[in-house]
Amino acid sequence: MATLRLNVNGEQRTLDGVDDATPLLWVLRDELGLVGTKFGCGISQCGACTVLIDGNPVRSCSFPAASVAGEITTIEGLAGPNGELNPVQQAWVDLDVAQCGYCQAGQIMAAEALLRSNANPTDADVDQAMAGNICRCGTYIRIRKAVKTAAANRGA
Amino acid sequence: MVALNYQGIQDIFDAVNNQRWAGAGGFQIAKVGRRDFMKITGLVGGGLMLSFTLPRASAKSGPLQPNGYVRIDETGILIYAKNPEIGQGVKTSLPMMVAEELDAAWDDVQVVQAPVDQATYGAQFAGGSMSTPMNWLPLRKAGATARAMLVGAAAQRLEVPVDALFTRDSHVVHKDTGRKLAYTDLAAAAAAMPVPEADSVALKEPRYFRLLGKRITGVDNDAIVRGEPLFGIDQTLPGMKIATYQKCHAIGGKVKSANLDEIKQMPGVHDAFVLAGNGNAMELLPGVAIVADNTWATIRAKRALRVEWDESEAATDSWSGASASAERLRGESGQRVVDQGDVDAAFNAAAKRIDSSYTYNFVTHAQLEPMNCTAHYQDGAIEMWSPTQTPGFAIANVANVLGIDPAKVTVHQVRCGGGFGRRLYNDFMCEAAAIAQRAGVPVKLQWTREDDMCCDLFRAGGFHQLAGAVDGDGKVSAWRDHFVTFTNDGKRPVSGLSARVFPAELLANVRFEQTQLDWSTRCAAWRAPGSNVFGFVVQSFLHELAQAAERDHLEVLLEVLGEPRWLTQGNPQALHTGRAAGVVKLAAEKAGWGKEMPAGRALGLAFYFSHGGHIAEVADVSVDANKKVKVHKVTVAADVGPIVNLSGAENQIEGAVVDGLSTMLGLAVTFENGRAQQTNFDKYPMLRMPATPEVDVHFVASDYPPTGLGEPALPPLAPAVCNAIAAATGARIRTLPISEEGYTV
Ligand code: FES
Ligand code: FES
Repeated sequence: MATLRLNVNGEQRTLDGVDDATPLLWVLRDELGLVGTKFGCGISQCGACTVLIDGNPVRSCSFPAASVAGEITTIEGLAGPNGELNPVQQAWVDLDVAQCGYCQAGQIMAAEALLRSNANPTDADVDQAMAGNICRCGTYIRIRKAVKTAAANRGA
Repeated sequence: MVALNYQGIQDIFDAVNNQRWAGAGGFQIAKVGRRDFMKITGLVGGGLMLSFTLPRASAKSGPLQPNGYVRIDETGILIYAKNPEIGQGVKTSLPMMVAEELDAAWDDVQVVQAPVDQATYGAQFAGGSMSTPMNWLPLRKAGATARAMLVGAAAQRLEVPVDALFTRDSHVVHKDTGRKLAYTDLAAAAAAMPVPEADSVALKEPRYFRLLGKRITGVDNDAIVRGEPLFGIDQTLPGMKIATYQKCHAIGGKVKSANLDEIKQMPGVHDAFVLAGNGNAMELLPGVAIVADNTWATIRAKRALRVEWDESEAATDSWSGASASAERLRGESGQRVVDQGDVDAAFNAAAKRIDSSYTYNFVTHAQLEPMNCTAHYQDGAIEMWSPTQTPGFAIANVANVLGIDPAKVTVHQVRCGGGFGRRLYNDFMCEAAAIAQRAGVPVKLQWTREDDMCCDLFRAGGFHQLAGAVDGDGKVSAWRDHFVTFTNDGKRPVSGLSARVFPAELLANVRFEQTQLDWSTRCAAWRAPGSNVFGFVVQSFLHELAQAAERDHLEVLLEVLGEPRWLTQGNPQALHTGRAAGVVKLAAEKAGWGKEMPAGRALGLAFYFSHGGHIAEVADVSVDANKKVKVHKVTVAADVGPIVNLSGAENQIEGAVVDGLSTMLGLAVTFENGRAQQTNFDKYPMLRMPATPEVDVHFVASDYPPTGLGEPALPPLAPAVCNAIAAATGARIRTLPISEEGYTV
């Protein structure tokens, strides 16, 4: 139980007494109170727990917090300094993507990761990048559109 | 058989789903709803208001709050969302109904989740696609009532008659002078006005709607995309511990012993103890509770937990065993549940007879947020924050488990990460309540995905033996179905045919028979109960008969529907064959029915009526030589009455198509020795984005009372896709999921 040091959404966080094997998901949710990142399966199948580490999408349910070396971005870290939504979040609101909304933090983080590495994804790129995220409510059609809309607005 | 009481499971199902049909020939939801809800919630006396009766609370000063739905003061306009939000959009659409008649500008409205208070709100639940039809009139009247009081106050202030005024965008406007008074400025004066009788306030004619029918983004969307705490799993209380509860995966198993001392020594573990259960399959099953400082500590402790189960009365259910029994039984005769016309004579006179066996597997709900509940028990009372579809029922369940008065149970509604019927049942709340009572600290009970999939109340599998007769004119002349289903209690089937199942209301000669297999694992409602599988069976078989008659499927379907008429006179929630034909023709036209298609690709059609919704779907599907399926597009035509929120309505249809496709393609839960064999998503391959088709949605504008849309678009999907595959390849699929017949995507 060494001291855990994490950079989360641009802030340095230090935690003591956290079990070394604790997945990042539960450190975020239970220790840091960042509950936007969701628990769906715990075995890297659904993507509900997706966060970014140095811009890359990671399944936080299966990633020990103690192994994180880079900067973590969670859904709470996407909006601008004055609370303005980033283009992905804005597209999600404008297109009314969510049904229950439970998967959407993970979907948004996966979309954000895609657009950071590929500003102009094709339909096939979107399908492939988002294939790791389950939406039980079946909002894939809107997610597809929202990713394209966000890509267009980011470029604008 | 397992010695458990399964009664409550069926009662909830009946109360939620059968109200629509209650009463002879009338839409009497409120009346029958009241009786059923009282039976279950234990609410008695005059305290429970009917859904069509508006609560009255004439305040003499302070905010304008003429009922439970509207609260206006100088700071703004609040509208209360009465029912649980499970992704079906009612936290947005129900307040829209209030805002429309209130004439509030939507941007001025703040929506707040209502408390659970059935004395004020009538029945509060999410199920049966009932939120829209049950609330369409009462909520509009609630808004109109507040509006009338605001207009009255404005008339007094301006000293003009009320008919010199109109309302628009949260203001009362004087027609002649254009002078505007804001609702927020009028609220205090309006609060002193008498509350008009609900029946005396006029409602808008639909053509004057300014908000209903528009695309409105969900009221929680901003919070969702920011990751703000909204869901049950996000709740926290000061000093809260996290709990987990291990039950026997074969229902009926009891705890013989467990390594509790070892568990209690583990880091972060606060307590571990056995609960005996209360014998009610819908409330508290026996198990081991572990209470710890955080979720990870509970997960670790649960992995180390060793329980010896007494399985002498536990389930031994086996899917392969049930399949073998059904194979033997379905060729024999069963108990007749429908027998009309002269079925035998029609078969004797038939030009053609087709016999087919259909089978579908069990499935699980798989709502993405695993069950959880936050509970704080102190001084003989409990307060709970729960993602439940039936908060009203939950109060009675929890009170029963704790042995306290229902008045001592407070339930707060929180956003639900999906429902699909799972959250109709409050076993998880009973567990949280019992653990909180024992733990003496606030707890959040958090299930894992494995808990969810092993201890679900499953959508039952089933077996149908069909026979159809086609007469010399190529018409469908008789229909038989022997349904081999299951029973949990040795009495009632977990899913049953009835005179409302297609085509009993449409054909003269129909016989439905039923045989029940004993089954201990809990079976319950899953999105569009009954219809979600009957749709596949009957709309596939109708296509088989059309093919046997060498006739166009569309033509045969329209012929079976026949002349435009209500099938239950005077009940606008019943099947109307004219509305049915309307959506069938519209879907066919929009999809280009009859057009040339490339080899290996075809259109498939299906119609199904459920939950008051008339829905037809046409699937455009190609299949290659290796049985790899690609669904290109699904065209949907729906007649569900007026649309409340167009964006939400389209979203429900798109979602139902995806859910229907996901389920038919590859989802099954099998059982051996009473245990579900699929325990997480690695063995339960839900549809992902690459296999998602384009969905083209068309609504028929109709003036009938609206119905909900959470469910009715799902049943036609599987038969539409299977009919397309049959048309493309000649191969008839008679098993769900179709992966069992070797198909992949
Ligand atoms: S919770 Fe991490 S992938 Fe499902
Ligand atoms: S919106 Fe419900 S799981 Fe995606």
